[in-house]
Amino acid sequence: MYPRQFDYVAPTSLDEAYGALGDDSKVLAGGMSLIPLMKMRLLSPGTLVDIGRIPGLDAIEDKGDHISIGALVRHSTTAGHPLIAQHAPALAQAAGMTGDVQVRNRGTTCGSLAHVDVAADQPAAVLAHGGVAVVGSASGTREVMADAFCMDTLTADLSPNEILLEIRLPKAGPGEGSAYDKLGRRGGHSDYAVAGVAAWVKMDAGSITDARVAITGVGTKPSLLPEVSQALIGTDGSESAVASAAEHAVDGVTVLEDLYGSVEYKTHLAKVYAKRAIQKAIGSIRA
Amino acid sequence: MTVNGQPVSAEVEPRTLLVHFLREDLRLTGTHVGCETGYCGACTVHVDGEPVKSCTMFAVQADGANVTTIEGIASNGDLHPVQEGFWERHGLQCGYCTPGMIMSSVALLSKNDRPSEEEIRHGIEGNLCRCTGYHNIVQAVQFAAARMRGEEPPAADWEGGE
Ligand SMILES: Cc1cc2nc3c(=O)[nH]c(=O)nc-3n(C[C@H](O)[C@H](O)[C@H](O)COP(=O)(O)OP(=O)(O)OC[C@H]3O[C@@H](n4cnc5c(N)ncnc54)[C@H](O)[C@@H]3O)c2cc1C
Ligand code: FES
Ligand code: FES
Repeated sequence: MYPRQFDYVAPTSLDEAYGALGDDSKVLAGGMSLIPLMKMRLLSPGTLVDIGRIPGLDAIEDKGDHISIGALVRHSTTAGHPLIAQHAPALAQAAGMTGDVQVRNRGTTCGSLAHVDVAADQPAAVLAHGGVAVVGSASGTREVMADAFCMDTLTADLSPNEILLEIRLPKAGPGEGSAYDKLGRRGGHSDYAVAGVAAWVKMDAGSITDARVAITGVGTKPSLLPEVSQALIGTDGSESAVASAAEHAVDGVTVLEDLYGSVEYKTHLAKVYAKRAIQKAIGSIRA
Repeated sequence: MTVNGQPVSAEVEPRTLLVHFLREDLRLTGTHVGCETGYCGACTVHVDGEPVKSCTMFAVQADGANVTTIEGIASNGDLHPVQEGFWERHGLQCGYCTPGMIMSSVALLSKNDRPSEEEIRHGIEGNLCRCTGYHNIVQAVQFAAARMRGEEPPAADWEGGE
């Protein structure tokens, strides 16, 4: 299976990359979504701009008030990095449950956010952590909340001449915890999410003072669930409080039937995994 | 790029996948092509020491990299312990998945010299086998892990091992 012919550019600086991007081009990062699409000829860009040789994009760094994940950070790095384990455990877990060893060695966390697959794992965790996308182009950089960045199915807030440079995550403070859990298409945690939920929770003196919960796999894109968060805030995070909040797991979501489940089944799974992820997040604070 | 320790250079079309470059240009046909979509792992090779699926990477992306294929893991005619393990513990039937399975197992053991059964199964999650049911593959990796630690491998379960 060969893709259609294309021109290949491997810039060694961002300026060179911006210069090579145009209406008929695509950014190539890890290639774990783009190359299969090109091989199946669902996508045939005229030019591929491989950002893989641009220095300075492959680091996870503590920038004082936030953690930065560069465009070339692989899933395997995100999954195992001490800064992510400390500040964004849900993202570490989601990255560790993305694909398999070989996919995690190539695919990038930023690529996963930029691709906006309906069933991608890490975008849900980035949303729950209140992540921000930093987008660059020849005319400068702009910041977009990850939730707004994931516009629709396979559609990010990116124009053809822009590059997602980094994801910024707030640093964790006291009383905060997060977790990700999913049912994978191949069972357990394997493969894309049939339903996956990321939960971030903040507690003070035994009650939940803030929360963000995000879902993937069941709707048209990974998205935040404000109703679930609202239902959690002010409660003590007991099993019954979590269970009733989890009942809102598809509020505002257009649940779609696909090869992996009916609307009814996915709705059920959404609630089950919302409950599990929130309980895991709360458990991590209490532990 | 360097392939199995040998520098190689060639002009290729950008759309040439690494697996086709290895098999057709370099005639290293030990690396197999199964699904072509990134799922089966038959095409697994190491790029700079890490296992990747060579059907989902362009050869040009590996320009300058260090690539190791199944042909490159034996030394001086001695099988790699993982190859020996697959032989001794019947870790293959048709053999189609085997080169990729071995490359993933070698990578796993380079990070974890004492993997549990669960860790082995997770480590080869990206490699599908339609014949063995994985049982003997797990034993093959356990055999190799012991060999590489310099210990006596556990007996096969059909010989009364666990
Ligand atoms: C076998 C297999 C199993 C998988 N299983 C899972 C799974 O369980 N869960 C899951 O979430 N995903 C899974 N994936 C997808 C994987 O996570 C991809 O790596 C990820 O979705 C895309 O990241 P990438 O770096 O590979 O991007 P690429 O494939 O290189 O690019 C994907 C898209 O995003 C754009 N893009 C990428 N990076 C940037 C950037 N920095 N700026 C602007 N645009 C950019 C590209 O132009 C392209 O349109 C799987 C993939 C495979 C092949
Ligand atoms: S041929 Fe590459 S993963 Fe199947
Ligand atoms: S031995 Fe036949 S596919 Fe694994």
